Amino acid sequence: MMEKMIFGRYVPADSVIHKMDPRSKLIIIFFFVCVIFLANNGVTYALIGIYTFLMLGFSKIPIRFLYGGLKPIIWLVLFTFILQLFFTKGGSLIFHWGPVKIYEEGLKMGIFISLRFFFLILMTSLLTLTTTPIEITDGLETLLNPLKKVRFPVHEMALMMSISLRFIPTLMQETDKIMKAQIARGVEFASGPLKERIKAVIPLLIPLFVSSFKRAEELAVAMEARGYRGGEGRTKYRQLSWAAADTVQIVLLVVLTILLVLLRS
Amino acid sequence: MKKSIVSLKEVSFQYDDQERYALNNVTFDIFEGEWLAIVGHNGSGKSTMAKLLNGLQFPKSGEITVCGLPLNEETIWDIRKQLGMVFQNPDNQFVGTTVQDDVAFGLENMGVPRIEMVHRVEDALKKVKMDQFLYQEPHHLSGGQKQRVAIAGVLALRPAIIILDEATSMLDPRGREEVLATVRDLKAEKQLTVISITHDLDEAAKADRIIVMNKGEVYREGTPEEIFSLDEELIELGLDIPFSVKMTKAFRQMGLTFTKNYLSEEELVTELWTSRLNL
Repeated sequence: MMEKMIFGRYVPADSVIHKMDPRSKLIIIFFFVCVIFLANNGVTYALIGIYTFLMLGFSKIPIRFLYGGLKPIIWLVLFTFILQLFFTKGGSLIFHWGPVKIYEEGLKMGIFISLRFFFLILMTSLLTLTTTPIEITDGLETLLNPLKKVRFPVHEMALMMSISLRFIPTLMQETDKIMKAQIARGVEFASGPLKERIKAVIPLLIPLFVSSFKRAEELAVAMEARGYRGGEGRTKYRQLSWAAADTVQIVLLVVLTILLVLLRS
Repeated sequence: MKKSIVSLKEVSFQYDDQERYALNNVTFDIFEGEWLAIVGHNGSGKSTMAKLLNGLQFPKSGEITVCGLPLNEETIWDIRKQLGMVFQNPDNQFVGTTVQDDVAFGLENMGVPRIEMVHRVEDALKKVKMDQFLYQEPHHLSGGQKQRVAIAGVLALRPAIIILDEATSMLDPRGREEVLATVRDLKAEKQLTVISITHDLDEAAKADRIIVMNKGEVYREGTPEEIFSLDEELIELGLDIPFSVKMTKAFRQMGLTFTKNYLSEEELVTELWTSRLNL
């Protein structure tokens, strides 16, 4: 169950988007998040919508996975919509009932801002759905490389991320094992009042904590024995390759940006 | 004349928080191309030995020479290239997110160019018969498979010596046999020197030479046959003797005579059904 929470994200498929370089995907997402604020009328929102759905189409990701990403924030979107609907004043009054007044501008803003949320979530889910966590780490490491000049520990951060990713399943398995061991000893995790259930987590967390420290220590020794001494003079086994498709995608985003600038009111 | 590849001269070591010496005036040589088993009860100093050999700890006094280099702060990185280690816990030495990344880890540390790295990773994984699992993640592998990947990681660095620090103690019998068979094949193929630190005496029985440690000192040194004929003495040290040796002993008490101690069940069985038919 828990494994799905984190790893259910990546959906393998053979698509243009999957094959893209994680660097270009990260760049595109970063600029998309900025560019989306350029949209301020029907035409520009439609453009962004077309772009987003085009990308979704390319990715061959089944709709139900996207829905999974949208579900947790659906309330947030609704909440912002309602807030905009009731509290933005402007344009003609289109609905009036007691103290509740809905203006044309409110309706418009409500729809636009919800759409903005909607597209943002779709695009960012698309990144995590089509890119493995380790690819994202590699992409980030190369993109942040210039920061080494200001002594930002890029290599160390990337290594930390990849080791965490590597150990998540191991710790999950361990949690599961400890849980079963504690259940066998009469601890109840799934029933009883909330206070009891929170208390029941303690005999789960403490052994997990202790063993994690032990693991960390042994791992450090093993890494040292294998000659690890920091990022200096280290070569990389994983390689990212920038293909023509990546350049095309970047150009596509630039075109979108230009159109948005031209068509916004 | 056998050539010494690792030599310890009057090495002593003491942990900061302990009064007793973990290693006390230890002197011995390890020869090129041999399989040496270092056995001992918990606290006999055998694990400390492993830590000293690749410079994870430095001795308080005495001298260690590995491949002709005196071991100290400056030579440590060169020595680690010559001396690969496989540790006890299969999970806690797996650094990479996939099998191939893990094997590449040591090579990355050494700054090997990528093209050569790809080649060496593939080669090393083939040697341990794990080349079908290049993209596999560690949590989908068995303990024995993970240890074989660890061996591949060591092998990719082309060391002269492999130290197995209780490398099979967390594995099931099948995984243990898998790992030992791999090491045995590699040793024969590459003339590696193998140092296996273990408390599994069946594993030690297959070594060329055994050093028995007790209370931080070398208690005995000899061939497996010599060592296992100590019998009661070993049991007093908190060690067990292999099943076949025990069995031979039991047969002797029944009145059978044997010319030697049999170190494997197979040898004993062969002896029983070939030369004892007239019983």
